[in-house]
Amino acid sequence: MNPVPQPFGLLAEVTHQCPLHCVYCSNPLALRDRDDELTTGDWLRVIGEAAALGVVQVHFSGGEPLVRGDLETLVAECRRRGLYTNLITSGLGLTESRARSLVAAGLNSAQLSIQGDAAESTDLVAASRRFDKKEEAARIIRESGLPLNMNVVLHRLNLSRLDAIIDVCVAWGAERLELANTQYYGWALRNRDLLMPSRAQLDEAVGVYERRKAELGEHMELLWILPDYYERYPKPCMGGWAQTALTVAPDGMVYPCPVAAEITTMEFVSVRDHDLEWIWSKSEAFEAFRGTEWMADPCRSCPRKETDFGGCRCQAFALTGDPARTDPVCVHSPDHHLIQDALARANRADVGEGGEPDREKLVYRRPRAPVRR
Amino acid sequence: MMDESELTAVPKLATKAMLRHDSVRDVELLLLPERVVLLNKSGAAILGLCDGSRTVQDVIAQLEHDFDAADLANDVMTFLKDARGRGWVVVT
Ligand code: SF4
Ligand code: SF4
Repeated sequence: MNPVPQPFGLLAEVTHQCPLHCVYCSNPLALRDRDDELTTGDWLRVIGEAAALGVVQVHFSGGEPLVRGDLETLVAECRRRGLYTNLITSGLGLTESRARSLVAAGLNSAQLSIQGDAAESTDLVAASRRFDKKEEAARIIRESGLPLNMNVVLHRLNLSRLDAIIDVCVAWGAERLELANTQYYGWALRNRDLLMPSRAQLDEAVGVYERRKAELGEHMELLWILPDYYERYPKPCMGGWAQTALTVAPDGMVYPCPVAAEITTMEFVSVRDHDLEWIWSKSEAFEAFRGTEWMADPCRSCPRKETDFGGCRCQAFALTGDPARTDPVCVHSPDHHLIQDALARANRADVGEGGEPDREKLVYRRPRAPVRR
Repeated sequence: MMDESELTAVPKLATKAMLRHDSVRDVELLLLPERVVLLNKSGAAILGLCDGSRTVQDVIAQLEHDFDAADLANDVMTFLKDARGRGWVVVT
């Protein structure tokens, strides 16, 4: 047995409340109510336990973390313990005074997401027209002295606007822009056929990315997060199950990764019932896929097993119903046809790209949205 | 060869970066928005002096004093050049 690793990062999902309704939101389909949320006191304890476990970086996320009025208190507690803090925000609700109080509490950085390059695309993807609020948030972040990091989730409906999206981020003064191709979990999986780009569309976008990266040089860092369905091998999710980071959900449930709540066949544990140390090192769910012992073939006998750890457990579960199977993205996976079928649909000649899709068919992230599969 | 202007530049840790001693692992870390960098002892010592009050020349002199060593100039300059390229340090 290897010794239990020590996590570096905590993703603190302080709420599922969010003014946006992104069709690719990675939150679970069953969103938690406000009443279920951990209290300020619970979070202060979690932060202390995380620091003792080895966590040095706390990412406040959600939902929209700004919805919580006690965010400053939590950031200040992190600062007191020497933890680095990062705010992951949609920008809605970020006022000048809020930014000032967060920076005063010790906030180290902020990441602002956009959905597209204008109000129309934001509306289509997130059912909100408040693009103006995002521009304002970008200015507020910069003026508060924080580095502006930006993020955009890419998919069939906005990939053709990549140049314009990059222009927006340059104009707003971003230091870094993550171009995150959609990962198909939660809401995104429900909308997969409408979000999956075609090969041609993707190739064109890669061209744009490479050209802009070369042009921008040190001016703005561009990062391309691979669309894994189009890869031969799966992504090494989170550096392996329960290796480098952990997620605490709004209701206190603890997961090895932000989308693991989807694995309904596993028993996860809440900080309301156990301390983080026990959950991280002893709980069955965290032990289940640590290391490589749990693997069956083809992974067991594969030379890449220490490179990609058999891929993503959440994706294996989402697509096959068994979290212990090889990630279907892998060309060696016996379930790889599931990926190929989805790609075949996305590349059918009669499926339009970019243009106005059938809005009716998109499932927007909302509490208790109708279940349609 | 290094020129005079490089020695009189004033390096400062970027606002987004944070240096800290990790007492759980007993290592020196540089924390950035999206990564954690494990520093070796000399890297941590150099960055620890980049507080915007010292010139590169001062940083070198301080390190030569602290480590009781001579000729650290080249190593320090190489490290700082790299650190600047990675956005860890800004120079004024
Ligand atoms: S992805 Fe969209 S809906 Fe989901 S939390 Fe982020 S901003 Fe809100
Ligand atoms: S067989 Fe398993 S370990 Fe090998 S490349 Fe595929 S997913 Fe990775």
